[in-house]
Amino acid sequence: MGVEGIGASVVRKEDRRFITGRGRYVDDIKLVGLTHAHFVRSPHAHAKIKSIDIAAAEKMPGVVGVLTGQQIVDDKVGNLICGWAITSKDGTGMKMGAWPAMAPEIVRFAGQAVAVVIAETKNQARDAAEAVVVNYEELPVASDIRAAIKEGAPQLHPEAPGNVIYDWTIGEEAATDAAFKAAANVVSLDITNNRLVPNAMEPRAAIAEYNDAEEHFTLYTTSQNPHVARLVLSAFYNIAQEHKLRVVAPDVGGGFGSKIFIYPEEMVALWASKKVNRPVKWTGDRSEAFLTDAHGRDHLTKAEMAFDKDNKITGLRVKTYANLGAYMSLFSSSVPTYLYATLLSGQYNIPNIFAEVISVYTNTTPVDAYRGAGRPEASFVVERLMETAARQLKVDPAELRRKNFITTFPHQTPVIMAYDVGDFGASLDSAMKAIDYAGFPARKAKAKTEGKLRGIGISCYIEACGIAPSKAVGSLGAGVGLWESAEVRVNPVGTIEILTGSHSHGQGHETTFAQLVAGRLGIPISQVSIVHGDTDKVQFGMGTYGSRSAAVGMSAIFKAMEKVEAKAKKIAAHQLEASEADIVIENGEFKVTGTDKSIALPMVALAAYTAHNLPDGMEPGLKEGAFYDPTNFTFPAGAYICEIEVDSGTGKTSFVNFVAADDFGTLINPMIVEGQVHGGLAQGIGQALLEGAVYDGTGQLMTASFMDYTMPRADDLPSFKLSHTTTLCPGNPLGVKGCGEAGAIGASAAVINAITDAIGNNKLEMPATPDRVWHAIHG
Amino acid sequence: MSTIKLTVNGKAVSVEVEDRTLLVHLLRETLNLTGTHVGCDTSQCGACVVHIDGQAVKSCTVLAGQAAGANVTTIEGISKGDELHPMQAAFRDNHGLQCGYCTPGMIMSSIDIVNRHGGKLDEETVRHELEGNICRCTGYHNIVKSVLDAAGRMKVAQAAE
Repeated sequence: MGVEGIGASVVRKEDRRFITGRGRYVDDIKLVGLTHAHFVRSPHAHAKIKSIDIAAAEKMPGVVGVLTGQQIVDDKVGNLICGWAITSKDGTGMKMGAWPAMAPEIVRFAGQAVAVVIAETKNQARDAAEAVVVNYEELPVASDIRAAIKEGAPQLHPEAPGNVIYDWTIGEEAATDAAFKAAANVVSLDITNNRLVPNAMEPRAAIAEYNDAEEHFTLYTTSQNPHVARLVLSAFYNIAQEHKLRVVAPDVGGGFGSKIFIYPEEMVALWASKKVNRPVKWTGDRSEAFLTDAHGRDHLTKAEMAFDKDNKITGLRVKTYANLGAYMSLFSSSVPTYLYATLLSGQYNIPNIFAEVISVYTNTTPVDAYRGAGRPEASFVVERLMETAARQLKVDPAELRRKNFITTFPHQTPVIMAYDVGDFGASLDSAMKAIDYAGFPARKAKAKTEGKLRGIGISCYIEACGIAPSKAVGSLGAGVGLWESAEVRVNPVGTIEILTGSHSHGQGHETTFAQLVAGRLGIPISQVSIVHGDTDKVQFGMGTYGSRSAAVGMSAIFKAMEKVEAKAKKIAAHQLEASEADIVIENGEFKVTGTDKSIALPMVALAAYTAHNLPDGMEPGLKEGAFYDPTNFTFPAGAYICEIEVDSGTGKTSFVNFVAADDFGTLINPMIVEGQVHGGLAQGIGQALLEGAVYDGTGQLMTASFMDYTMPRADDLPSFKLSHTTTLCPGNPLGVKGCGEAGAIGASAAVINAITDAIGNNKLEMPATPDRVWHAIHG
Repeated sequence: MSTIKLTVNGKAVSVEVEDRTLLVHLLRETLNLTGTHVGCDTSQCGACVVHIDGQAVKSCTVLAGQAAGANVTTIEGISKGDELHPMQAAFRDNHGLQCGYCTPGMIMSSIDIVNRHGGKLDEETVRHELEGNICRCTGYHNIVKSVLDAAGRMKVAQAAE
């Protein structure tokens, strides 16, 4: 049965329900007595609520209740929290303004909820919401970073003077300044990392049900981490006690980070279900997703790199302003700090790094982790600098990178991270070979004769995944541990259930996790079920984000499996009257080595549960649990190269080739890994060429639909050529590093490096639309 | 309110709905055919694509009343018992889906693409034709592969019939 173990590209177990329309997403669930919620949202980005009149709405047909922000305050429902404390360089804590689930007095971004209507049908709720009359007094707006930090800017929260949440630094400033003073060459860049909207295809949704006899809540929600949702909802919001709240995240249609966070809508649904004593369903529409799902990126950065006369990097200095939006979302504070600045060493030996990050409030949707979360921004800074340096120093960009690669491991960077293993040269070689780097000048020359501008761009990314060692992140301000849990239940008939705190919302855990178990025991994956996404079924766990499910989640399963196998071997040895040390597991059988004696797994399981004949003192049953806390981050790395052609007449960019060479350590299921890379690349390319959230000066989101925000479509993208180089991660028992975010982290710099190479102008902002490219060519 | 009679997945259906009801909501809310999804509110994403009289249509662009008398096929209606439609099988075999949310619409659109182009499909045509279906997970790489694979399988299936 080795064909279904680790390393096999088996087709996914979960697919059948999705391809036949039998997936079960939150909005597909119906409960008896269900009511529907529709939110009344502020049309203004910054305003005082002078009055809310709900009288007319309450009289509308089918209305069950109309609830306002003031009521949520009166009921003492807690404000939303940010779970990672960041300390400013002056030693003060971050300045967090209050975020009530519905605004009682002040709204700070367009789309913020001020009231909710609960009605018998969706249409009735929507109609009645129109009848809620809110009288606003508009306030001045700061709709971007520059507007928020200038003298006399509108003040968002009294707690944060000048709209600054924190001014944080990392690295050695004096040593870095000295490196720049002594430098033979300095390269500098101003970089805008464009704001993105995650846009998982399934809009967020929540169904809350309250049982007053039991004083018990059930919440079905689109979450990447249902246990964290339960913890936060019970510990901080004063709505339900943890043991009286079941959170279920069934099939979830993509997350990309945006479904990590606890949002006002599920809080309100939960609170409202008790108020109206009926189940309450809210399903966001796409417009609400644009306005309320946490956005990603949005940095303004000045970056400089110092080189000695041999073109070795001697220093990196970075100053970044990060836009966190109107309120601090759950992990927002960590994204531009510990998930960003700690990766600024890239794949390079950089002896001195100093970074300052100033996070600010603006009258925009809150910003938090989106696929890559800080690491795409870091990678973009480093890889744009490397490309710019190569052009300025007139050396080959691949050679400049190679000259500065870290080649000995472990490697301690000046910004916390200790890289455990890697072979950056190998992935660069692989990518250069795949794209025929050596043949590029000839291809460029030929394209020129056809009137086309051809360019090539490299991006050598590194990321920190397998998030994360609990003690380490605790020392950096995290409010939670980032271990993972697993329970292995061998049923009396020998089938197996794996209960995991990881959550699959497209990653294919039902297959890959089963592959680990199937491979160890030599049984088919059809004998293994993965149970996840339900706090009533699964022991506490931390969920899925930060490419952590293989490195952390599967390592927990590995540990639990070791315990199960140890007990099963004892039982088998007892049954076979053999020594435990002689038992080996092969093809679903426990065999006595060197003999023909064996007992099949179902018989061992049955013996464990009948308990008629177990070794003396052994407890019945065959079920073990484990908590796995990683010892370090993992460090997936790779090289992406893209070759593009620009039409100078239209500014349109077309792909000639896109190659990706990644080192993810062990590949559990190469087919699924490649799918993850494809999707990540699409999001990275989307950022580079197409996507950008645009606010006008009054704080209105101008790109609030798929008509206005350019999602990558099939005809925007090329097919990708992937390859893998492998160094095994020494930090976990499987040697895995994680693959979920790599594409989104590495791709955008490769694309911009290629276009700027083609057009001979290094000044080009993302998204590099035809309009921007045309202007960069023609001035 | 109006009474609408139509055929859905081969079964005659008669339902009473509000006049403003969209076909997608009739399918999902009234008929409990939740395989057809809603991914946007501007008829851009294609998660709701079904077949009306054999043609791919975004069911969020059609009032339920407009489908009166029509033959509607949804994702739930394309396999023959346990036997998957070749397009469904191709999506599974080529890892053409991840979270599964856009998948029903992708499959329904793709069947229509193959029906219209027959065996003359190439990558560029598939990419162009899929322009009305958005996927956030796959980068389309394996969806394109799935459609091209299915085009071959459907040709073989047709030849066998």
